[in-house]
Parts: sequence; structure tokens; C-alpha cells
Amino acid sequence: MSVLVNKNSRIIVQGFTGKEGTFHAEQMIAYGTNVVGGVTPGKGGTKHLDRPVFNTVADAVKEVGADTSIIFVPPAFAADAIMEAADAGIKVIITITEGIPVQDMVKAKAFIDQRDVRMIGPNCPGVITADEAKVGIMPGFVFKKGNIGIVSKSGTLTYEAADQVVKAGLGITTAIGIGGDPIIGTTTKEAVELLMNDPETEGIVMIGEIGGNLEADAARWIKDNATKPVVGFIAGQTAPEGRTMGHAGAIVGGADDTAAAKMKIMAECGIHVVESPADIGEMMAKVLA
Amino acid sequence: MNLHEYQAKELMKSFGAKIQEGIMAESVDAAVEAAKKLTADTGTSWHVVKAQVHAGGRGKAGGVKLAKNLDEVREKAGEILGMTITNRQTGPKGKLVRKVLIAQDVYYPGESETKEFYISILLDRNTGRNVFIYSTEGGMDIEEVAESTPHLVHKEFIDPHLGLQGYQLRKMAFNLGLSGAAFKDMTKFIQAIYNTYIKSDCSMVEINPCLKTSDNQIIAVDGKISLDGNSLFRHKDLAEMRDVMEEDPTEVEAGEAGLNYVQLDGNVGCMVNGAGLAMATMDMIKLSGGEPANFLDVGGTADAERVEKAFRIILRDEKVKAILVNIFGGIVRCDRVAQGIVDAYNSIGEIPVPLIVRLQGTNAKEAKELIDKSGLKVTPVILLKEAAEAVNKVLA
Repeated sequence: MSVLVNKNSRIIVQGFTGKEGTFHAEQMIAYGTNVVGGVTPGKGGTKHLDRPVFNTVADAVKEVGADTSIIFVPPAFAADAIMEAADAGIKVIITITEGIPVQDMVKAKAFIDQRDVRMIGPNCPGVITADEAKVGIMPGFVFKKGNIGIVSKSGTLTYEAADQVVKAGLGITTAIGIGGDPIIGTTTKEAVELLMNDPETEGIVMIGEIGGNLEADAARWIKDNATKPVVGFIAGQTAPEGRTMGHAGAIVGGADDTAAAKMKIMAECGIHVVESPADIGEMMAKVLA
Repeated sequence: MNLHEYQAKELMKSFGAKIQEGIMAESVDAAVEAAKKLTADTGTSWHVVKAQVHAGGRGKAGGVKLAKNLDEVREKAGEILGMTITNRQTGPKGKLVRKVLIAQDVYYPGESETKEFYISILLDRNTGRNVFIYSTEGGMDIEEVAESTPHLVHKEFIDPHLGLQGYQLRKMAFNLGLSGAAFKDMTKFIQAIYNTYIKSDCSMVEINPCLKTSDNQIIAVDGKISLDGNSLFRHKDLAEMRDVMEEDPTEVEAGEAGLNYVQLDGNVGCMVNGAGLAMATMDMIKLSGGEPANFLDVGGTADAERVEKAFRIILRDEKVKAILVNIFGGIVRCDRVAQGIVDAYNSIGEIPVPLIVRLQGTNAKEAKELIDKSGLKVTPVILLKEAAEAVNKVLA
């Protein structure tokens, strides 16, 4: 078992022939991911990286049975690419693109909410199921196979957490980078729920940051539904109020979305909260021992 | 990206909202000329002199003053231009006032009492929908109103498929207690604010106060607009409204070099790849007994040039007693970052503070060899925990 993506996922790359799309598609294929083709409007009928290129996502679904898409389309056209994928019947959309205008995402989110599709991102590192499928931009070698699931808003902090988990003698089932934008397809709570229902996953690392209340929502859900231990960390304990810290969504707006407030509610809900990002791996090993 | 009040109001006006008219001035003489022109255009005899800075709380700080004649315009503009406004929103350094808005007096007596409202529109992150927040309690801090009298703060969510509907306009105007001409004017005003927000890709439009004048017109007396930085590629005209003088010069410089930098007040500088890891590194510095001097994300394509720029910016801060470099190589190769550190060292010369370097992930070994060979004295660490201990040690 695994979550969202596995060795049987039939994956296409939107923005396949662009610089980013090409580079990361190569890396994904090298990892052993089942990339069945890609989409670049106007280049349909050609081949790229030894795989077919289609003009539309609908063609890719029809011709090669694509069920998962990863999007590297530039910000100005990314929301449109999301809607195209959802409309064509793709079941899992993973949007890597950073910098999509917020009002474009308001529309795209409303569009996908009416369809049977799950989106991860945007502005995220993607999803990796260890030894099966890397559908993202993360360094695959860090994620050794094991029994810990990771949910995170951040890219490099996800790699850091995975590295610590592995060094603590454990390994990863699936790591989900949900993204750092104000509007995202899958919330912390939903991602935690997916991992909670995965029989292979025995513990969950949940990494959040300042801004919004996704972590608090997840914590309350965990309090009532957890069947496995959750280790939590919130980045931005030292972030000043009212400043955006890199990610568009990482901004303290009031008393409820500070790191301290989030850590408090997470601890109250039974999550093993670490103050230092250096303690994530050890804490997970400790609670599973 | 934030706009000044005068820019925000002009933008609303271009979408059909009535505003308190005004003219921006950058000198006392220009302020007096603006006042004369405004009297000719609008018939106003009194004027309001308003400091134009990217911060709220201007009134309380003495940055908004009434002038009853041209001599007073000269006097008040002279007082406000060049003053520094310091409050919670500006930070300890405060904001120097370089521009004033000379505005018409809109609180003139007439057939009915004037009344102030609060209206804003922004994204509700929980629902992914745009929402109007509005209240009969205008001219006050809305967060205080929400705290003390939550029943007086209303919300109206906008359907993302359909946009703002007529019944919503009526509901809002009725909830604000309006009738007759003022009611009708309010529905037009809200529609104009909605159009401003959507068509300009704003992340927030706030009018506080929004005024019902004594002759039952609805106008924006103040205006605050933040634009979505991600959408500026399709709003070249709005992008030109950016006032870099309102921003931290170091942050502007860093931004031009492709670095995401926020100046803080501490003693340990840091250079990290990725926003989440950068925040986490700052937190770790604090837990190790230091205070972060900055947030700095060198980004996903950190090259030697960018790393050198980052070093120079961090070293400019005299409070910095140590620098922690924390790179988790993924797509960013550690050896490339290490080359940047070595290049920076070669071109800057001696780095005057202890340097703790943690390079982990892709090509970490090659990176360590590069630094070892360069002669640069660093404290190399591998684990994040060791980085924390090293910070603690150099500060002791």
C-alpha cells in the first residue's frame, strides 16, 4: 500500500518539453517512476524523452490511460493547466509551479472542488512513495523505504525531516509536500488522514509553518481520530509579525497563526511537538520504541 | 506590493468609486498649490493634510491634520513632511514621510448626519473564496471592533463561479443601516470596490473609513490596497506604482539579486535554501542561545554569484557575530554552493566572523573537499543538531 502515487500510477508531465519539465521528468524516470507521456500544446504527435507528447490532457488520458499529472507550466498558465487536467479525468494532480496569481487559484480551486480529483500543491515539492514513484522535484535518494509518512508545507524542510527519519533507523512510506501558497488543493488534515488510513504507515511527521490554520485543523482531527503517533514541528517561531517569509502563505496575521499558538494546540491534541527542527527524527524513533 | 493611500483611491476611482478627492505633494510649496487647485476643482475651503507612508495608525501618530486656510496648509504640510512615524506597524525604525496627500474636507454639515463605515475585501484562506468584511463601526481598529462587539462585524462570501450578486449588494447596504439615496450609492460603491479588487488582482482592499456624507453620498475617505505580487506580470501599470523608498533598501537589493531576504534584529546571520528550512534554521539559532539576524532563502538555483551577494549583505550588518550556512542539497548541488562560498571568500577576503557551514544532500562530499582545499576557516557540521551546538559554542 501507499498513498496518492505508486509504481502503477500512469503519470504525465504538463509542460513536458520545457526546461523545468524536461529536467525533472528525466529525474523522475531515472528514479523508476512510471512516466507514460507528457503534454505540450502544439507538439502533439512528437516524442520527448522517449515518450509520446500530446496536445491536450484529454488525448493523453485517451491514448495512454494517464491517471496522474504533474504540472510544471509557468505561473501565468498554470491554473488553466490544472483545470484542463481535472476536466480530462485525471485523478491526482500535482502542481509544482510557484507564483500562480491568487485569483487564478480561486477559480481553479472552485473548478476542481466540483470534480472527483485530488490536487496537491501548488508551490510544492510534490509527492514521493519510496522505491515506487517520485512525482516531484525532491532528491529521491534521501527517501529510503520504511514506515513513516511525512506531510509538509515546505520543500527542503521535508528533505531534512526525511533524512533525520532515515538516520534514526526508520524510513519513508510516502512524503507529501502540500505547498506553501494561500490556496492549496489538499490541506494538512486531508494529507494526514490519507496517511492515517495507509496500513503500511506506522507514524506520521507533520511539518507546518506560520500563517493560516491548517495545522490547528489537522491537530483537532488527529485528537479524535489518530491511530498512530504524530510528530509535529512548526517553522517560524522567530518570524516577525506581518512579514511574508518566502512562501506566499507564510505570514503571521493574528494571534492564532503564530508558531507558538499552533504548537500549543498541536501538543494539546496529543501530537509530539518538537521545538527544534533538529529533533524530528529522534522524536519519531522515541515514540515508536 | 502595497500602494499609498493616494494611489489606492485613484485606482478605486478609476473603477467608479467616489472618493475624498486629493492631490499628492512632495514639498510644502507643492502642497499649497495642490490646496488651491483642489479648492478650484471641488469648492472645498478646508483641507486635510495626510502623511503618505505604507503604515496605518497615521492619525494617532500626528500624520493627519486639518488646515482651515492656505497658511495652515503650509504650516501643517511643513510639520508632516520629514516627520518619522513610529508605531507597531512601522517597526522600531519608523517611516520617514516623503509625500503628503492634500485632500478635500468631506465632513461638511448638511441635510443629514455623517456616518462612518468599515469595508474590506480579501481572500478567506479557509474557504478559498473572496470575502467582504464590513461594519457600521467605521474609523476604528477593526480588530478591536471584532474583539469587543463581534456582532457588528459582518462577512459576505463571494461565489467563485458567479462573482458578486445583486442581492449581496442589497444585503450589505441594508446591514449598514442605509436607505434612500445613500443605500443606492452604497450598492454602487461596493460594486466598484469589488471590480477594483478583482480586475486589479488585489490581495486586499480596505476602506476605513468609508463615509456617508451629509448629502448622502458614499465615498472612500481612506484607502489601503495590497496587490498580489504574483499577478503583476499582467498589470504593468500597477507594477509601476511601486514606491521602493517605502521598502528596506537592503531587502530591495537582495530581491534584485534573486534572494529572498528579511532583515531582523539578531546576532547570527543565516543563509539557507528553501523558505521552510530557512525559518526552521532561524528557530534553531534562537534555541541555541542566539537571535537570527535575518531570513535568507537563496532559492532553488543558488549559484556562486548569488551566494557571494548573500554574504556581502549579511556581513554589512555589524550586529552579526556568526554566520550559519545551512544547505540541504536536492536539485541545488552542494558543491555549487560551496564554490560560491569559496568565491565569496576569495573576493571579500577575510570573513571577520565565525562561519558554520552545513552542506547536506546532493554532492555534500565534493562540497566539503572544495572548502577544505580553499583555506577558508569554517566549522563544518553534518547534522542539524551539530549546527545548533556549533552556534551555541561560537556565541559562548
